[in-house]
Amino acid sequence: MKYTIADLRRGQRAIIKSVNADTLPIKLLEMGCLPGNEVELIQFAPFQDPMYLNINGSYLAIRRETAFQIEIHPIEQKTGL
Amino acid sequence: MSKQINVALIGNPNTGKTSVFNALTGLNQKVGNYPGITVEKKEGVCKLPRGVKAHILDLPGTYSLNASSLDENVVIELLLNKNDKDFPDVAIVVADVENLKRNLLLFTQIKDLGIPTILVINMADRMDRRGISLDIPILEKHLKTKIAVVSTRKGAGIDKIKELICDYRYLSVEPCLNASLIDPEYFDGLRKAFPNHDLYKLWLVITQDVNFVNLDRQLVADTSSFATHSKSALKRLQQKETIMRYQFINGVLKEGYKVDSSTATGFRARLDRILTHKFWGYAIFFLILLVIFQAIYDWSGYPMDLIDETFASLSEWTKTTLPAGSFTNLLAEGIIPGLGGIVIFIPQIAFLFLFIAILEETGYMSRVVFLMDRIMRRFGLSGKSVVPLISGTACAIPAVMATRNIENWKERLITILVTPFTTCSARLPVYLIIIALVIPNTRVLGMNLQGLTLMLLYLLGFGMAVFSAWVLNKILNIKSRSFFVVEMPAYKLPLFKNVAITVVEKTKSFVFGAGKIILAISIILWFLASNGPSETFDKAEQRVAETVGAQNIPREELSEMVSSYKLRESYIGIMGKAIEPVIQPLGYDWKIGIAVISSFAAREVFVGTLATIYSVGSDEEETIKNRMRAEVNPQTGEALFNLASGVSLLLFYAFAMQCMSTLAVVKKETNSWKWPAIQLVFMSGFAYLVALVAYQLLK
Repeated sequence: MKYTIADLRRGQRAIIKSVNADTLPIKLLEMGCLPGNEVELIQFAPFQDPMYLNINGSYLAIRRETAFQIEIHPIEQKTGL
Repeated sequence: MSKQINVALIGNPNTGKTSVFNALTGLNQKVGNYPGITVEKKEGVCKLPRGVKAHILDLPGTYSLNASSLDENVVIELLLNKNDKDFPDVAIVVADVENLKRNLLLFTQIKDLGIPTILVINMADRMDRRGISLDIPILEKHLKTKIAVVSTRKGAGIDKIKELICDYRYLSVEPCLNASLIDPEYFDGLRKAFPNHDLYKLWLVITQDVNFVNLDRQLVADTSSFATHSKSALKRLQQKETIMRYQFINGVLKEGYKVDSSTATGFRARLDRILTHKFWGYAIFFLILLVIFQAIYDWSGYPMDLIDETFASLSEWTKTTLPAGSFTNLLAEGIIPGLGGIVIFIPQIAFLFLFIAILEETGYMSRVVFLMDRIMRRFGLSGKSVVPLISGTACAIPAVMATRNIENWKERLITILVTPFTTCSARLPVYLIIIALVIPNTRVLGMNLQGLTLMLLYLLGFGMAVFSAWVLNKILNIKSRSFFVVEMPAYKLPLFKNVAITVVEKTKSFVFGAGKIILAISIILWFLASNGPSETFDKAEQRVAETVGAQNIPREELSEMVSSYKLRESYIGIMGKAIEPVIQPLGYDWKIGIAVISSFAAREVFVGTLATIYSVGSDEEETIKNRMRAEVNPQTGEALFNLASGVSLLLFYAFAMQCMSTLAVVKKETNSWKWPAIQLVFMSGFAYLVALVAYQLLK
């Protein structure tokens, strides 16, 4: 199964596997959203959207629709994922 | 040597770049606009050792040279144009020590342009708390530049920056990244096509969608034919470039940057847990809003009363002290009340900007954006629309400009279009005086009815903004790629100096911007009201005497009759009579009509206009409120300002688009007259209808 940032749980960390360079804004890549970097989910707003992340040391929030476009390898296996 | 050194201050948002600018220039700064656009241009002068001076330009915050907004375009347009008078001799990149990795991305880009670039590592006071240690000599060696470690909070390191600016000639201009490594084949082709140009600059010209007016036109023309790569291929190359830059940065930081995370405190995490909480986050935001409104509408009442009284007595004093004549009248009845109408807004505007500045400085505003995004999106807005909508309660002009960081064009456009519905401070004096006239000063359920009405009008403004956003979202067929990235900066205590400078600058630009219009209008109005087509106007005394005939009337009453005859026959009276049929169904007479028309320049002139009209009409010094209360509707014989006409006026002012300055800003920001025209027609038409219905129902 394909995991994306949208599958993360609060406090969970993962490694970015691939990003869709055509649809993601270059600004997000420049903030460190690149393959191989670590991402951690800090907080959700209600309805799990937007998502507050720590990507490669940068703290930022993105919408769920954007999160779906960033594939990850989960590193802390918790129940269910 | 008296030549000024041109310095450009560059950095990511939230790095304390403005604090560095303030520390370097003190109050020796000037805020203006870049020609033709509304991007703020901040520049200042800094005195350096040995009598040298530096001209410091504070460029808008940007994450990289890949511009995605008007503000960011300014940075790249300047840095690619050697002929610009502001082109820097030396660039200073300000970086946040906690976010060095990401901040260095921008640094490497600037450095690769071949401009001598100083690196300022700011917020050094936070290093201990975060367990960070730096090896400056190693960093300087790898980044091929000089570094100043600075804490603007403690005032440390500023002298070091000044020293480095002085010695900018000794800085290396060697690039960090060899541009041709991004795609050797493609760049080889570029090199052959333009042998005389720097490869990295060419690459930026190709990939950026900005307006290079002053660049070599031939180059741009040729480049567009050379750009054989598809957009998506170019984007892939940009991604590759970014990855390569990060590889370089990671290599540098591995040697010169250490973090001992065990000493790091979880301050951010703990605060975020509360401030972005599902329930408490919203509760706290709501409380903060309450405090802001309390300050704007309650605390600022005291200075406002003081200003009001001061100007009233100044006008009175002028009238009694100076020799009588046209000039004294112009001063006492036109200019002084006009100025008073501007100065009275200062407390409210200052309070609002004070709170916004504090919320921005502390990093809290990003949390609000995060909390509100989902809710706002339902109405076609963005979480980032919250800031413009709050700023709109002071003035729509800075609010419309504050929409610039909304990435999605449709969301931004909708925000711009609906922001003028929020109750700006210019509507407030109109509301206050009408409420005082027509709403009884009694208590309902322990609440003051007048205060309640005011609150209702605010909610109405917000409600209308949100509702029309929802409608626009359904109607507007704009496909724009939606993306939303908001940085969540670390929490900081606001720096007093930064907050103070922001408040002073914003207030000043409001006062001088809006002030000119208000002053001009009061003078024009005064002239129109005290002059008329000579024939009838000059013979006022004679005509009145004729109608009075032989009746024995006290002198005072007679002179009042003459004044009111004069006003009716003045230019303004004639204009008012002409529009009377249109506004009569709303319950207004021609005097209110004049006030409504002049309000289309700016709403706040409403009260001033009535003051001008009435004080010309009567010689006695009465407060404007009593004067309005005494006005009689010639048709019904009842008080002109009653519940029906009062509510009708309140609703008209709540919805109508009566602000030329806002229309001008909207035109600039949307780059077309179409949107301001739609705003003007739709909002004012709607206002007319609502006011009409309200008056006819209540009358």
